[in-house]
Amino acid sequence: MALKPRQTDFEVVRDQDKCISCQVCLRQCSNDVHEYDSDQDIIYSDNSQCVGCHRCESLCPTGAMKIKQSESEFRQNFNWSPAHIKNIYKQADSGGVLLTGMGADRPYPIYWDHILFNAAQVTNPSIDPLREPMEIKTFIGNKSDVVGVDIDQGETFNMKLKQDISPQLVLSTPILFSAMSFGSISFNACASLARAARQFGTFYNTGEGGMHKDLEIYASNTIVQVASGRFGVDIDYLKRAAAIEIKIGQGAKPGIGGHLPAEKVTEEVSNARMIPQGTDAISPAPHHDIYSIEDLMQLIYALKEATDYQKPVGVKVSAVHNVAPIASGIVRAGADFVTIDGLRGGTGAAPQAIRDNIGIPIELALASVDTRLREEGIRHKASVIAAGSIRSSADIVKAIALGADAVYIGSAALLALGCNLCQKCYTGKCNWGIATQDPYLTKRLNPNIGTRRLENLLRGWSLEIKEMLGGAGINAIESLRGNREHLRGIGIGEKELAVLGIKHAGEAW
Amino acid sequence: MKKIYIKEEYCIGCRLCEIYCQVKHSKSKKIIKAFKTELDMVPMVTVEEIGHHSFAVQCRHCPDAPCVDACISGAMSKNEKSGVVTCDDQKCVGCWSCIMVCPYGVIKRKLGEKKIASKCDLCQDELEPVCVKNCPNEALVLAEEEEKDES
Repeated sequence: MALKPRQTDFEVVRDQDKCISCQVCLRQCSNDVHEYDSDQDIIYSDNSQCVGCHRCESLCPTGAMKIKQSESEFRQNFNWSPAHIKNIYKQADSGGVLLTGMGADRPYPIYWDHILFNAAQVTNPSIDPLREPMEIKTFIGNKSDVVGVDIDQGETFNMKLKQDISPQLVLSTPILFSAMSFGSISFNACASLARAARQFGTFYNTGEGGMHKDLEIYASNTIVQVASGRFGVDIDYLKRAAAIEIKIGQGAKPGIGGHLPAEKVTEEVSNARMIPQGTDAISPAPHHDIYSIEDLMQLIYALKEATDYQKPVGVKVSAVHNVAPIASGIVRAGADFVTIDGLRGGTGAAPQAIRDNIGIPIELALASVDTRLREEGIRHKASVIAAGSIRSSADIVKAIALGADAVYIGSAALLALGCNLCQKCYTGKCNWGIATQDPYLTKRLNPNIGTRRLENLLRGWSLEIKEMLGGAGINAIESLRGNREHLRGIGIGEKELAVLGIKHAGEAW
Repeated sequence: MKKIYIKEEYCIGCRLCEIYCQVKHSKSKKIIKAFKTELDMVPMVTVEEIGHHSFAVQCRHCPDAPCVDACISGAMSKNEKSGVVTCDDQKCVGCWSCIMVCPYGVIKRKLGEKKIASKCDLCQDELEPVCVKNCPNEALVLAEEEEKDES
């Protein structure tokens, strides 16, 4: 065997004074890092296998362990970063495409951190959300061009809308769970998302994983996806769902299809996806029946026709350079909502080169889409859902002020379930029981706990959204939507401010 | 009576229940000290494991406890009020009759200065047993039999 350069990323630091050799770390590690030596009653750790998921550290009953970045350093070089060097070593070794998971982690500007939100002072009163009603209910769907009311002046004084309202999704908070398929994540993770969505009054998304039969009871809180592989799609799947989303692209891998390796296609996954067990589930890069907006329109209307025009049908695209005209085309093609997934959006598996280099940040994409749709007078015809690394309630408030109707959270939801962003989702060995189908690992995620934690997150963020709205003197989220006067940029240039459509901090009205 | 029940589908086989049980019933009650100095500790809960299936098992506190009938020294008794079966260390003579009759195999031998039978006492001085409190996946629950699936 030829000598290979060492590629240790993490170091397991064990305090032997505290270690009681209980072997909890050993039993919890799916990467075989720890080994117990019964002669010496000591546990040894093989740093080279450690992925930095912190499972052992989290469960160690004596706090004897720490996982640190490996201290072994290359000669400092601002051109050849350790990541570049290690990647070359790996590829020289394997000759393959480097895979990774979750969202882009390169130090691109994060515009959320360069935007500041407003508050009310003197000339308009702020509102205390604990004492006064604060409306964050959100409707996703096509809104009428005009609204007229017929009033019956008789004794009952009935009012009736003149127009038929298109089907709407009603959200108790402007947050939805992103598309994450059963297959890429475990059943328990899907169940946690579905139950939390039901209990909080929002929606989760099946991704291209089909609907597991045990999750059909949550169908009224489920957005089903129709993607290029058409996995799991039949008329019952469409009819059961609350809404349908056509997936064209994903922020982590624009232009790239999906590939669920055969070993992850267990009996359960094969049933949900309607494909043979133990075969690779390959979603093609394009939809082979969509080569234009007109083709997309055909699919949108085929799905609407199939579901008797009873459900919103949306389209998800990744944020690419041309996203604004693409979104305009999608709205004109009849979509009830458009999902824009930004550069930093996550994935279960993607080539690292794609994840880290393709697409544009959601902040810029969202602003340009909202601006374009307004200019064309079609903004009301579809809701815009922003996705791609929403990290906090403040990000949500800023996204809504930039023009989003609601946001999708994926990575944040997984973090709530225990994820440590080790980016090894593609290995199927997730120690937290999230991105795996191994029965030994999946039971580590108790959906009762998962549901509770997701609900807590939604509740905490919703309360914070209300606080921020109240502080700005706004009592309904509708009044914030696209209200970019409430935003100011900080530390960014003219061009970025122009794309975001906001003033710089210090500029008054 | 409230007993400890295991939700097998969520038992992850980490054995933290065994560890906290040993600490609770140690002399020092301090985890590191207990494991480094008290080498005769025996967990009263045991995780049984085969493949990816695992579950923790401890005394079921049987209504008609065979160990109480079998005890030759009167050490093993069932509290009529609480229903908890306990072993009096002072009275136990280490004959292991209880171990032989226990249908669940949950009574252990404690081989210290004095040989005694060791079994789950439901941590009666705690709000909830330490194994339940420290189970990281809420696989162990303390509940009445009819409520065990609800929690």
